Amino acid sequence: MKRIFLSLVASLAVVLILLAGCSEPRNTRAVYVLVDTSGTYSQQFEKVQGVIRYMLGTLLPGESLALARIDSESFSEKDIIARMNFDLRPSMANAQKRAFLESVDSFGANIAPSKYTDITGGILQAIEYLNETKATERYILIFSDLKEDIKEGQVRDFPINFNGTHTVAINVTKLQSDNIDPREYQQRVDAWAERVEQGNGHWKLINDLNRLEGLWE
Amino acid sequence: MTFEFWTRLIDGQPALSLLLWVSGLIVVMYVARQPVHQIILSLVRSVRNALRLMAQSVMLAEKQLRNRNREVLLAQGQEHAERAIEREFQRVEAQVNRDLSGYPSLQRDLKEQITRIDEDYTQSGEVPPKPPEWLKAIEAVAEIPDNGSSVVGKILSDIHNTLKKSLQKSIQEYRRANRERHTLLKKMMPYWRSLTSNLNTVEKKITGLEQRAAVIDNQMQSYDDIRQQTDFSERLLSSSSMTQFFISGVALCLALVGMYVNFQLVALPMGEMVGASSYLGSSSIRASDVAALFIISVEVILGLFLMESVGVTRLFPIINLLDDHKRKAIFWIMLTFLFIFAGIEASLAYMRDMLAADSKALSQVLSGAEVVEPALSWIPSVAQMAMGFTLPFVLAFVAIPLEAFIYSFRTVSGLMGVWLLHIIAVLIRFIGNVTYGVGRIIINAYDLVIFIPLKFERSFKEKIIVKNESVEDPVELNDETHASKELIADEDDLKEKTK
Repeated sequence: MKRIFLSLVASLAVVLILLAGCSEPRNTRAVYVLVDTSGTYSQQFEKVQGVIRYMLGTLLPGESLALARIDSESFSEKDIIARMNFDLRPSMANAQKRAFLESVDSFGANIAPSKYTDITGGILQAIEYLNETKATERYILIFSDLKEDIKEGQVRDFPINFNGTHTVAINVTKLQSDNIDPREYQQRVDAWAERVEQGNGHWKLINDLNRLEGLWE
Repeated sequence: MTFEFWTRLIDGQPALSLLLWVSGLIVVMYVARQPVHQIILSLVRSVRNALRLMAQSVMLAEKQLRNRNREVLLAQGQEHAERAIEREFQRVEAQVNRDLSGYPSLQRDLKEQITRIDEDYTQSGEVPPKPPEWLKAIEAVAEIPDNGSSVVGKILSDIHNTLKKSLQKSIQEYRRANRERHTLLKKMMPYWRSLTSNLNTVEKKITGLEQRAAVIDNQMQSYDDIRQQTDFSERLLSSSSMTQFFISGVALCLALVGMYVNFQLVALPMGEMVGASSYLGSSSIRASDVAALFIISVEVILGLFLMESVGVTRLFPIINLLDDHKRKAIFWIMLTFLFIFAGIEASLAYMRDMLAADSKALSQVLSGAEVVEPALSWIPSVAQMAMGFTLPFVLAFVAIPLEAFIYSFRTVSGLMGVWLLHIIAVLIRFIGNVTYGVGRIIINAYDLVIFIPLKFERSFKEKIIVKNESVEDPVELNDETHASKELIADEDDLKEKTK
């Protein structure tokens, strides 16, 4: 009788271990949010918070989310404000989401505007992070006016390998100069779209934050 | 070959050309009538024979399946009847042990009561008072003539007084004895009542046993019918099997609903153990769903073994063959496991509620709303826990309809198979007959095309008959070929066989 008892317990344990071991996350997503903190864009952080809340509500256990700022030298780990690989356990994932939200809120309360806008450096950092997550669907969300303003001596005009990453420009604000000549705005957006698509990436522009579900399409 | 080819035999005369071709064809057909008839006939005959053979094979298979069904049905019915009789005997044994185990003491009580009643009865017997011995002497003295003597008169008077006193005393004694008898008889009353009550109890018990014996008689009768393999018992078992099939099917469907509810209780919290976003390999099956299904399956299996060890079901002969001690041990092990799993499920159900509440709170935080604890939120938590605890025990009873379904499915599927084979055989025979009919139609159509030469042939034969009227051996007037005759003979043969 002991044998039956032990064999039942053992089989149950083996099945659970096998399920935990043989199973693997499928179609995981990783999202890297880049926020422009230059003088012209730093007032838009409330919108960033709204999108991050949407992301936290949408992303599932096993998926990843990171928030980084675009400043004068964005190709750096120190610009990553928060990053989280959500645990496979739902309860842990929920706790991580709360912690992430706290980090975002505290960052939002103390934004220091940067002098320059190194978008390319931020994107390179984002691609590096996203490749490390090994997620099947990778997204870079850029909150910026898309006007790159780099320090003298920085080299940023080279092709980037996006490796299938979806790059989504959200809430691309119009500059004063765009009102003088609206073609500038369109040229800026088109230039980034071209750069992304030439680098084997996918480009999307979402200015209406009520249509965020279109992000995953 | 276009239509023009046929019309160009004679230049400028298409109709005549066609007529010539048709005439030629009719002549050829007339000449080839006999072999063509034979070819068509042999073709349809071979098709029909092949189909007949096929139908026979199918019917043979149907017969074998029917016999196998009958054997299975009767064997199952026999086993079922044996079990029912065995159960009935077990009940009788229990009743005998319960009711008649006290029979010796009851008998002793009855004997004692009867002895007491007997003693009381003996004591209450009426003994007529004997006449005093000196009565004769007194009679003799009383007959002495007094002759006027006062002494004698006094003596007689004294005797008379003494006698009177003695009689009075005797009467008093008699009355006292009667009183005592009545007292004794009065004392017998409770014994009589007790005796009556005891006998009534015995009667009730005996009646209960008689009823059980009547039930056993009925079951033995049906068992005997099954053993004798009567058609009545087969029909009875067959209809019973169909009923069982549908009832157990409905019960299993309800059990599936219960399993689904159970699954919903367990699947979400299982994500905490095996990962909520983990899938099996490259499939779209969640690992947590599989783990939840596994737990539910284990509960069902535990229930199967539990019912098996109690003897309610007999799906595993090995368990049935084990001695009672081992079966009891299996029962307790399975029950312990069920309790453990019920506890696990209750805690998982509670965890599910917690996770759902946590997710809801997080959504509220993310949407910027204030987190509000819903009123009486403990009620669904407790309800889920209670369901999680009870459902494994409910699922344990799935074993009963499952057994009935498996056993009845054997016979029902057999019956279905028999019906299917019968339909196939009928269809094959129908196709064979249709083919034969088509052959006949083709032969008749062939004759219709060449009806002109046939008519001539008939007229020619009639003329020969007229010429040979004087001859004794007349020529048979018949325009049917040998094949046509065979066809008709075949049809008659088929009709006879069908009859």
